[in-house]
Amino acid sequence: MIHCYQLNGYNIVLDVYSGSVHVVDDLAYDVISMYEGRSADEIVAAMLEKYSGQPEVTESEIREVLESVEDLKAKGKLFAPDAYEHLAFDFKARNTVIKALCLHVAHTCNLTCEYCFASQGKYQGERALMSFEVGKQALDFLIAHSGGRRNLEVDFFGGEPLMNWDVVKRLVAYGREQEKLHNKKFRFTLTTNGMLIDDDVIEFANKEMHNVVLSLDGRKEVHDRLRKTASGKGSYDIIVPKFQKLVESRGGKGYYVRGTFTHNNVEFTKDLLHMADLGFTELSMEPVVCGPDEPYALTEEDKPILFEQYELLAKEMIRRKKAGNGFTFYHYMIDLKAGPCVYKRISGCGSGTEYLAVTPWGELFPCHQFVGDPKYSMGDVWQGVTNTALRDEFKQCNAYARPGCRDCWARMYCSGGCAANAYHATGSIKGVYEYGCDLFRKRIECAIMMEIANAGLEPANKE
Amino acid sequence: MTHIQTLETRDLAGSVQNGGCGECQTSCQSACKTSCGVANQQCEKCGEEA
Repeated sequence: MIHCYQLNGYNIVLDVYSGSVHVVDDLAYDVISMYEGRSADEIVAAMLEKYSGQPEVTESEIREVLESVEDLKAKGKLFAPDAYEHLAFDFKARNTVIKALCLHVAHTCNLTCEYCFASQGKYQGERALMSFEVGKQALDFLIAHSGGRRNLEVDFFGGEPLMNWDVVKRLVAYGREQEKLHNKKFRFTLTTNGMLIDDDVIEFANKEMHNVVLSLDGRKEVHDRLRKTASGKGSYDIIVPKFQKLVESRGGKGYYVRGTFTHNNVEFTKDLLHMADLGFTELSMEPVVCGPDEPYALTEEDKPILFEQYELLAKEMIRRKKAGNGFTFYHYMIDLKAGPCVYKRISGCGSGTEYLAVTPWGELFPCHQFVGDPKYSMGDVWQGVTNTALRDEFKQCNAYARPGCRDCWARMYCSGGCAANAYHATGSIKGVYEYGCDLFRKRIECAIMMEIANAGLEPANKE
Repeated sequence: MTHIQTLETRDLAGSVQNGGCGECQTSCQSACKTSCGVANQQCEKCGEEA
């Protein structure tokens, strides 16, 4: 399967199953687009007709392009066959180990963000803080079920995890002790709204947290519209200086300033550029996850605007990189040379199998987005995964599991997509969240185009 | 420009042989938390070899 598209003056041909990326001129673009199912003579005739006004496009020129196509095909870089489907099921069907936990250390929050999928941290349940004993058992459970995996990920999540900071610190200390005994390496991460960041948090996070995710929606008026304190005041002025202080002292360690965009700020590029102008360079911005009836839900009418925004963002990022003030956007990070292997690309996100969420009470769910839904309770950190039927259902979630993905060129980049989004949009974890897919495909097109531009290749057509 | 320029990319078919160690990061754990993308994940083995 190939995917041909034009963006920012480039003609781009993506070969889905080899992962190859080709930048082509107009003639090659047309030849490759009509290559399958036609003879060489048919293609030559069609091209001579199409380019009749351009005498430089001769039959020998067209046949030269055809030879190049044949050559790339023989090398497995164009029209490569799909040889991975059996691997998707074999790989997941074997005994899986657990390598990542999302620890919900606080089902409570000091903000009342209207769009919060966790309903202000409570996940449709009671407010609660995780005890050290539950968290310790969760780490023991992870180590015990991680098999030969060395790198183990633990995200301190909520609600707002800093509302249970002492337990977070004790769990990190316990993890550091245990990793030596079991030859493991914990990568702790923290996702926070920033309200409680102080010097102690900064020092500890910069020493122990592999990554820190800082929630900021962008411009003050956009951020404050939905991210409010209990008294209804915006949180922007409180958190931005704290985030800046934390990032400045982070010494190059990983972080993301992460925002959510909604129907209220479809021009989210302005918010990302605002974050960049505040001095942040590692940025992420996600479409809101909510029901279609919410006033801030993204609409069909928003979609073309969002596409345009993604393109604008890509072009501005190329410009800023050249000017020496570039920044990273999470969804435009794509490593064409050292990216994920085929197994990673086809085996799904790992929710419910390699990745589990733990509630303050030690209950297990397939991921943070299923927490609070009793149908998706999987067991607990003492008994382990007892709902093995559910685990097996998640094992079957992969790039080949959804009929709706069969003809999609992007499935080697999304691995079949997010099970929670699929479930919320369609009622099935094997459904397809079409709106999210449309945005995802646009992002990948932009990301690949940026790789081409940043490699210094000239576009076939100047825009 | 020449008709076709090919970027250097990881040989996906080849990674059937040398991939699958599972040491890489869980897909949505690091930043987004609301969507699944694997394209931006790094290969741990490639990092070690580099």
